[in-house]
Amino acid sequence: MAVNPDEPYRKQSGLLEVEDLTAGYGAAPVLHDVRFTVRPGQIVAVLGANGAGKTTLLRALSGLVEADHGRIVFDGEDLRDVKVEQMVRRGIAHVPEGRGVVTELTVDENLRLGGLWRRDRADAARALDEVYDLFPALAQRRASAGHQLSGGERQMLALGRALIGRPRLLLLDEPSLGLAPRITAQILALLRELRDRTGLAVLLVEQNVRSALSVADEGIVLSLGRVVTRNSAADLRDDADLRHAYLGF
Amino acid sequence: MDRFFYLTFDGLSRGAVYAAFALALVLIWRAARIVNFAQGAMAVAAVYVAYSVTGATGSYWLGFAAALVFGLLLGIAVEKAVMRFVDHSSPLNGVVVALGLVLITQGVLGMVYGNEYRPVTTPFRRDAFDVGGIALLSRYDVFVFAAVGAVVVALTLLFTRTAAGLRMRAAAFAPDVSRLLGVPVGGMLTLGWALAAAVGSLAGMLVVPTELGLHPTAMDVVFVSAFTAAVVGGLDSPIGAVTGGLIVGLLLSYVSGYLGATVAPMAVLLLLVVVLLGRPGGLFSSSKARLA
Ligand SMILES: Nc1ncnc2c1ncn2[C@@H]1O[C@H](COP(=O)(O)OP(=O)(O)OP(=O)(O)O)[C@@H](O)[C@H]1O
Ligand SMILES: [Mg+2]
Repeated sequence: MAVNPDEPYRKQSGLLEVEDLTAGYGAAPVLHDVRFTVRPGQIVAVLGANGAGKTTLLRALSGLVEADHGRIVFDGEDLRDVKVEQMVRRGIAHVPEGRGVVTELTVDENLRLGGLWRRDRADAARALDEVYDLFPALAQRRASAGHQLSGGERQMLALGRALIGRPRLLLLDEPSLGLAPRITAQILALLRELRDRTGLAVLLVEQNVRSALSVADEGIVLSLGRVVTRNSAADLRDDADLRHAYLGF
Repeated sequence: MDRFFYLTFDGLSRGAVYAAFALALVLIWRAARIVNFAQGAMAVAAVYVAYSVTGATGSYWLGFAAALVFGLLLGIAVEKAVMRFVDHSSPLNGVVVALGLVLITQGVLGMVYGNEYRPVTTPFRRDAFDVGGIALLSRYDVFVFAAVGAVVVALTLLFTRTAAGLRMRAAAFAPDVSRLLGVPVGGMLTLGWALAAAVGSLAGMLVVPTELGLHPTAMDVVFVSAFTAAVVGGLDSPIGAVTGGLIVGLLLSYVSGYLGATVAPMAVLLLLVVVLLGRPGGLFSSSKARLA
């Protein structure tokens, strides 16, 4: 279910609202009082050094990591009691760090897996065809096992699989990892195109700060599990002090 | 030469049962990374249910159906009530819990049914008919081949052609990713246990009439052979389980035919040790997919 492309900014409030989120693994929390909003059709980059808590943030949003306190509200609904396997039905797709291609399954099986939960079988089939159109490289390798794919092909597969659910919010964890700059640029450009076409909102975790800020509307900077800055992508690009302090370029 | 043919067919028919039982082990291993050492005891419990139902109704087939249904339910119960709570930080935990289940099951069966061997009925005659002048196969053997063949075909179709099969495979290989894609991983695990226990019950129904009879420990020796079959096949591979089952069946048959029945169990253990030392991944382990 995509947001109506004719009125992508229909809802003025946030699609995703995170309030005072504290979460982690066991005793000591990794995230502390994280607070931000993602509006429909917005691309928000999540930046920060290794270990800052970017992956943990995405995992907390999709329920893989339990929140200690705080609220995660998606489209007006508190996600506290929503199970991980229900998130995709709400319109949240999470492409995890390392892409999450099921290497034992074929390309086609991986993609179909992304649409199994959907009641609208006809649209799931249509979405599958659309993904093959979007990534012709995958169409040629339908019957190949996941472990036979290159890094770029895996990224296309993971992204394509997420799109089959026609999400409203895409959580993307380091899509550029191990990819050539040209392929990274293609994938990021694709995000913008999808946003423009379907109103998709994206929370984009990236090590590659330059490319992330080139496609994002806004960026939030995490340091030691806290949001230290949140600003428009343009301002973040120009903020030399911040770049030196947290982003290392 | 006649004797060789006879032993071959005998081995294949034993092997078919080991194959089914090994398949049950593989189903659970794939779903939960647990070797279900309680599989034998659970299967015996199902055969006792069949024994009671057949005794009460006079119908073998009602008993047969009851065993499969009971197996299914027992699998669900064991997963939901026990195995779900096992801490997976050490693989030994699952083994210890399963062995505990064996003791409990055998104890309860002993209390309810007593510890003597009970004769069980078969739906078909077990004396071999002649094929080209050699007594090779009984009608019961044909029934065993047909039943195991049907299970193999049904499981293959389930895993390769259905949405539930795709979900089960994905949940087993990549649980977190599967949950993110909307797969109820816990439910798939329960389904895996249910299917495995039903297949194990079928194997029990097929093998008990060919052994000494029904007894709470009737499947203990069969379990060793089936476990060896599953290990030979690589634990992860259904095709491996079937092939492993046939290999173990043939081995048992040839060794007891040519060297004597007392040597046969040692031959199985020897095979187990050789495979574990030589190819711990099994003869059919699918290459390094997980590492990729
Ligand atoms: N499964 C886990 N159990 C315990 N601690 C963890 C776990 N995963 C991550 N952490 C800790 O949480 C902190 C944040 O990790 P996280 O993976 O969220 O960082 P990140 O910003 O995604 O880093 P990177 O850029 O390296 O991917 C780190 O200190 C890490 O050691
Ligand atoms: Mg990370």
